[in-house]
Amino acid sequence: MNLFRRFNSKIASTLVHPGRSFLILLTLAVIFVFLILPLLVVFTEAFAQGWKVYKSAILQPDTVAALHLTLLVVSIAVPLNVLFGIAASWAITRFDFHGKNLLLTLIDIPLAVSPVVAGMMYVEVFGLHGWLGDWLSLHNLHVIYAVPGIVLATVFVTFPFVARELIPFMQAQGSDEEIAAVALGARGFSIFWRVTLPNIKWALLYGTILAAARSVGEFGAVSVVSGHVRGRTTTLPLQVEMLYNEYSFTEAFAVASLLTLAAVFTLAIKTFIEITTERRADRNVSGEDR
Amino acid sequence: MTASSTKKFGSLLKSSSPLPGFRLSLGFTVTYLTAVVLIPLAAILLRAVHNGREAFWSAITSPRVEASYKVTLTSAVAAALLSALIGMLIAWVLARYRFPGKRFVDALIDLPFALPTAVAGIALTSLYSEHGWIGKHLEPHHIHIAFTQLGIILAMTFVGLPFVVRSVQPVLAEIDTSIEEAARSLGARPWHVITRILIPVSLPALVTGTALAFARGVGEYGSVIFIAGNMPMKTEIASLLIVTKLEEYDYEGAAAIAVAMLALSCVVMLGLNLLQWRLQRREGKRA
Repeated sequence: MNLFRRFNSKIASTLVHPGRSFLILLTLAVIFVFLILPLLVVFTEAFAQGWKVYKSAILQPDTVAALHLTLLVVSIAVPLNVLFGIAASWAITRFDFHGKNLLLTLIDIPLAVSPVVAGMMYVEVFGLHGWLGDWLSLHNLHVIYAVPGIVLATVFVTFPFVARELIPFMQAQGSDEEIAAVALGARGFSIFWRVTLPNIKWALLYGTILAAARSVGEFGAVSVVSGHVRGRTTTLPLQVEMLYNEYSFTEAFAVASLLTLAAVFTLAIKTFIEITTERRADRNVSGEDR
Repeated sequence: MTASSTKKFGSLLKSSSPLPGFRLSLGFTVTYLTAVVLIPLAAILLRAVHNGREAFWSAITSPRVEASYKVTLTSAVAAALLSALIGMLIAWVLARYRFPGKRFVDALIDLPFALPTAVAGIALTSLYSEHGWIGKHLEPHHIHIAFTQLGIILAMTFVGLPFVVRSVQPVLAEIDTSIEEAARSLGARPWHVITRILIPVSLPALVTGTALAFARGVGEYGSVIFIAGNMPMKTEIASLLIVTKLEEYDYEGAAAIAVAMLALSCVVMLGLNLLQWRLQRREGKRA
């Protein structure tokens, strides 16, 4: 019976879409050449000289330092932007105020700005010739060509990620539950912790993961403010660039393979969240039907 | 925060709400936005006009700078069109057909978002250089991709593709297949179904996705610089020229190019917003 139905639907779909198999095969071929080959080449090049060379490449002190710096930058930039995303989406979706559209547009600015230009902006503020340059050098503080600049540049490029996931989601959800909580006597942050957060947790996680992935991999903006001091202001992507430009290709690809694993991991979590939320949505719909 | 500014914030509200946290959340949002985005943006704008309009103009019209714009823009346009073509195909197949491994393919579409651009850059360079897996098959036909403008276009297409797929895919999935079936049963040829139903309905999303891909291509740096070859006047993109000028301590020159690029991305974003606004109005009229 089941087999029969499947057969039938197969015929139906070939009737409606004559080029079906051709289009699917073409797409798979494009995806293979365009997306899978670049992944494969990273690992092939990384292991071109065997496991030993690979291991020593990723355990090099400079690479380990770059890994630490990358983790440090992510652990500062991502929480800041999560906090901003929550505050912005609370203000925008729960209240009606003048200038809301302007605010929404301004939040999107970092998406439109080239990463190199973004990095340059911070050079103009904190660099030696920048607005705060004299004051900073008087107090012996370093932002540009130092860790704070790298953090700031990363904050800028990931700035809208969480807010952009949360705003449409919270808009769609409406504020009925929170208003009910207020009516029942809940106050301030307990409304957020007990009512809002459980509802938005998947969207929040989704935005956080996107922001984290971008923070790990940001290159252009960080490259402008970093100064490329080996072992001190090089993040993992910059380490890849430096090794590559020195013709240490195997080492460069070895470090790149770590970043590639992180990217694949990101995609896996993203897909997991999508499947979970889809299932939940399906369950809700069938629940309402009953 | 002072008392007067809190009052000001309160009067921004159009209608009162029983929910708490308006001042706190909006105050934090605006302060953070100003510190992270608006002040640095103002700094670069002021730097560009610092030496007067003439200096700004001559900085952005020197032959090398003009050549870099030309390379960047023509590559970004070509890459956006290529992304539109390939993206439309992928979006169609993902929205309409079921096949084994679909979930995997769907997840993989976002790879260019997730993969650090420097990694994409060296991977593409390795694939398409003359000894690479793909490059060595093109070499006998005298097709060179790495270290030519074709390489720049390829890298920009790689980063732009997800924008098109993710814009078009939900729209295609929403179109009721029964409309197409009805058209077919009334004698419409497949070509007519495509030109009369599918393209008109998905066009706004396609335009949006293509424009986003274009904007991303114009600003792209990491994935391009490895494969571009970076020859001044030939394969040097505008972002790279900014970095070069900064390394030569030519801050005004760098800022001038940066502001010209900012202006371009503003125009693209504004155009997109206008388009969406007009389409929404048209939808509203229809409904």
